[in-house]
Amino acid sequence: MDGFTATVEQRIRGVSTGVYEYFTLARRAIGFIFARPFYWRDTLIQMDRIGVGSLPIVVLTGLFTGMVLALQSSVELSNFGADVYIGNLVGASMVRELGPVLCALMVAGRSASGIAAELGSMRVTEQIDALQSFGTDPIKKLVTPRLLAGLLMLPILTIIADLIGIVGGMVIAVFRIGMTADAYFTGVLNALAAPGFVLGIFPKDFVTGLLKPFVFGGIITLTASYYGLSTRGGTEGVGDAATRSVVTCSVLILAVDYFMTQVLLVVLGQA
Amino acid sequence: MIRGEGMRTMHDDPIPAIRRELDEDRAHDGTASKRDAVIRLEDVHLTFDEPILSGVSLEARRGETLMVAGESGSGKSTILKLILRLLLPDSGRIQVLGHDVIHLTFAEALDLRRHIGMVFQNAALFDSMTIFENVAYPLRENRDLEDDELERIVRERLEFVDLEPDRVMHQLPSQLSGGMRKRVGIARAIATDPEVVLYDEPTAGLDPLTIGTINDLIRKLQRELKVTSIIVTHDIRAGFRVAQRVNLLREGRIVFDGSPEDMVVANDPYIQEFLS
Repeated sequence: MDGFTATVEQRIRGVSTGVYEYFTLARRAIGFIFARPFYWRDTLIQMDRIGVGSLPIVVLTGLFTGMVLALQSSVELSNFGADVYIGNLVGASMVRELGPVLCALMVAGRSASGIAAELGSMRVTEQIDALQSFGTDPIKKLVTPRLLAGLLMLPILTIIADLIGIVGGMVIAVFRIGMTADAYFTGVLNALAAPGFVLGIFPKDFVTGLLKPFVFGGIITLTASYYGLSTRGGTEGVGDAATRSVVTCSVLILAVDYFMTQVLLVVLGQA
Repeated sequence: MIRGEGMRTMHDDPIPAIRRELDEDRAHDGTASKRDAVIRLEDVHLTFDEPILSGVSLEARRGETLMVAGESGSGKSTILKLILRLLLPDSGRIQVLGHDVIHLTFAEALDLRRHIGMVFQNAALFDSMTIFENVAYPLRENRDLEDDELERIVRERLEFVDLEPDRVMHQLPSQLSGGMRKRVGIARAIATDPEVVLYDEPTAGLDPLTIGTINDLIRKLQRELKVTSIIVTHDIRAGFRVAQRVNLLREGRIVFDGSPEDMVVANDPYIQEFLS
């Protein structure tokens, strides 16, 4: 029993230390965004890798999600003679939930594993120690540019995924169900306008749909960097860090999405 | 701790070639023992899951090359990480270039590291950067130089380590041999003219000819740049060719402090076993 208690205690201590280290890393990486020297070149490289590099997979995800959403909803809605609302359903679903979440999951699968593997291999080959020996703070040099890239590129990728998804839904609505493109897009716009506007200009759904990927971009890059920098044990450790970063990012994205939705519904007066 | 005392005749010396090379070096610079300590560790203790260092005390004097030898896993590389303040000890004192390392802030530690060059075991070159970018990295981080001046210094450092700048500058580390990578690592470590150079197993995994080249390079650095060096190695014969003083680490403690000649003739069974 003592052994069991000791194991549980050790486990809890390990988890709480990990959480503390994670938030310390996050605090320092965010703080360095506003401190010199600025590693602009590294930030641009990361924006290219995370943003441009993820574009094909995000476009495909958005396209097929919009298409299958239109297809599935047409079956149900036609039972009630309501297939005219396909545009509303696809528009609201893509912008509120599916665009941000699926886009973030795709980027997590692709970029989180890449970041964790890259930083992990730098850790085990002493490149991180080398950076420190030259007076460079590895968090500032390696984590902050990735964080900035994630914060900026995820919202842009999400807008692209949303648009492509809505266009994908339109293809099904027009060519399979026989709706006009005009009717479909009117439905999409109605769905976005229905919850109201922030500052009288920005549809609330659009605002929540952009706040979420901003947060997800931070979660993906910080979590992947944390696992990468904590890598131990050679190449096996690098693989382990990559796997754990993707799993943790995916779970965090889904959990944070739920809580953010709850909070935003209250804050934006939709609840 | 055993202090080195000569106990055998020259006739018994098992490695006369090493002794001759050391004599030549001391002819260049015979006052190492009289100079002040640039690095000093006092009663340093460090434990992770088990004790790594149990009261280590050592010092490296200005301009000398100190070898810290010991078996694999004896805590040699840990000493270098403590000097760089990449690790903090559980207790003890560490002084580097007049600074009490343990009480430095993170920013002060980063600043101190700019005066120390480190040659890593597997060179630790940044694999996404070219050789030029690798050697230029510490200069870009620590000095505000024009591109021409930067390139001039990088070329100079690469020539110093006997590499042809035009041939290697635009290559990636993965395109070079192990010995060349190690030389680039040395060029990068001395790019900013550090006062101290730390070597972690500089000859590990190299063939005998390349080991000779690296040793010649370390001696050249010692002669021409007058840097204070600490070489951590388990390859004691390679270390003898460059070190003026040897500290032997065993089970977390320094068990011998003396010249290579004194170590060779020491009557301690562990030392003799280690040398054999």
